[in-house]
Amino acid sequence: MKPIATTRSATGIPTGRLAVWWVIASEIVIFGGLLASYVMHRIGHPEFGDYAANTATWIGATNTFVLLTSSLSAVLAHQAAEKGDGPTAFKYLWGTFFGGLCFVVIKSYEWTMEISHGFVITTNAFWSFYYTAAGLHACHVIGGMAIMAIISNDVKNNRELQRVELIGNYWHFVDIVWIFLFPLLYIAK
Amino acid sequence: MAHPAESHGHQAQGHGAHAEHADHTKHYLKIYFALLALFMVSVAGPMLEIKWLTLLTAFGIAVVKAYLVAANFMHLNVEKKYVGYLLLTAIAFMFLFYAGVAPDVMNHRGRRWENVAAMNETERALKVQAKQHEQGGQHGAQEQPAQEH
Repeated sequence: MKPIATTRSATGIPTGRLAVWWVIASEIVIFGGLLASYVMHRIGHPEFGDYAANTATWIGATNTFVLLTSSLSAVLAHQAAEKGDGPTAFKYLWGTFFGGLCFVVIKSYEWTMEISHGFVITTNAFWSFYYTAAGLHACHVIGGMAIMAIISNDVKNNRELQRVELIGNYWHFVDIVWIFLFPLLYIAK
Repeated sequence: MAHPAESHGHQAQGHGAHAEHADHTKHYLKIYFALLALFMVSVAGPMLEIKWLTLLTAFGIAVVKAYLVAANFMHLNVEKKYVGYLLLTAIAFMFLFYAGVAPDVMNHRGRRWENVAAMNETERALKVQAKQHEQGGQHGAQEQPAQEH
């Protein structure tokens, strides 16, 4: 028997997809609150500009490229799932997973470099925001990767293909969060 | 080429039969390259060292990029309208929070209050930074210990 998330659509869209939209709406408030707090502190504390000068723009830019590319892979996986082509969706899903993995590895390198320079979460308010925002985002990337890995086997065998769209929407949202984090933490210096 | 919207959601709704689905790879690639082009502009913008242009290229472009991803990759442009309203409501709450809190954070002094800790920290940090700039040294973390404010 299929779960209610895929068989019921009282609101005009499948309940599973509606649930993901609700998750995204609540994530907007979580990340939005964090980023809004950062912006007001950034404006109220001119010294933040000098602190931000220590973030590595080229690393942030590389990660932006990686996430945008992984989003392309996610939407192509969705397209394949729409066509009922599980094996192709599986490949693109793992392509997206690989993008997430690259992101996390690059982020780990970046943090190691910054910590070795003495910039830790307790250094000052800027670095507290930096590690909290980037860390929360990285947790979402890891969570998305885990879900993709879990659903991939069913997808490969043409089962529960609707899940590809659901994880895809979540992944695109994570991409959008980074689209705003990048200028805030790496560009505005 | 048919719009990607036309095939959106068939599989998800569990209709079973696979309707004819056009290939939208070209459309998605077009959006992807547009995102990369905008990304490069946002990185290049600060190199001109014009503050308003940096803000425009960094944050203005971020909004455009977010829209492109949401509309085309998340298919929000063809989703039920109330989903858009749901997301806009969440964004409105974010702005409400900002409007309510920002005046007390962005300013360190008001008509009947002052945030002494924040003022002291800003003054201290700017002095340290000015000294470092004079010396032409690194912005070392060790010289700027954590301060609560």
